[in-house]
Amino acid sequence: MANTQAMCSSFKGELLTGIHALGPGTGVPARVAATSDTVKAALYVATATLDASTTVYSATGEATNGSGAGYTAGGITVTQATAPSTSGTTGIYTPTATFQWTSFTSAAAFDTVFLYNSSQSNKAISVHTFGSQSITAGTFQLTMPAHAASTALIRIA
Amino acid sequence: MIIETTVGLIDDSELEKREGVIDNENEYSTWVEYWQHGVLVHRSASVGLKKGLDALGAVGSVG
Repeated sequence: MANTQAMCSSFKGELLTGIHALGPGTGVPARVAATSDTVKAALYVATATLDASTTVYSATGEATNGSGAGYTAGGITVTQATAPSTSGTTGIYTPTATFQWTSFTSAAAFDTVFLYNSSQSNKAISVHTFGSQSITAGTFQLTMPAHAASTALIRIA
Repeated sequence: MIIETTVGLIDDSELEKREGVIDNENEYSTWVEYWQHGVLVHRSASVGLKKGLDALGAVGSVG
């Protein structure tokens, strides 16, 4: 039996829950949270420019209402029904089954949902794209992938 | 079935229904439209993401 160099699987999952705050102390957001942060999901139009370099939520390029009030700037609060965990050697996070906007008329076609942490200065989490959609007096439903090592919404392998 | 439209609630028997599917490696999505006299009065969509994003963790060698 030999030792094998690796990042510990439990560490990957614990990154998602903020267990570790590494560093010398200065500027490290070490904290003990009694409750989880609030995660929000916002829709962005197909002409927006979100990508891996996005660091914080911005209303620029966010979906808006063509009429009515089905969409609220900033998006919806994500119900975090499923805790981050480790599956095999992968840390995984899929907060809930579905995001939904009802009685919505989009002003323009949208193709992206942006997840961000509204409890931590709206810091970016992830950008997810899909085929361009528009909604007219209807419902937009976004169903998350299965919470598993090969499919979860966020995976740290 | 009563449908929410841009001109109020209308029974679907009075509307033309159009449906579609997008199925690729990233998503399985469906949409439904209702048209009245050639005008789109309702469109809903359901997007199902098939997979999320990967971040790879790695450690460096020491010594």
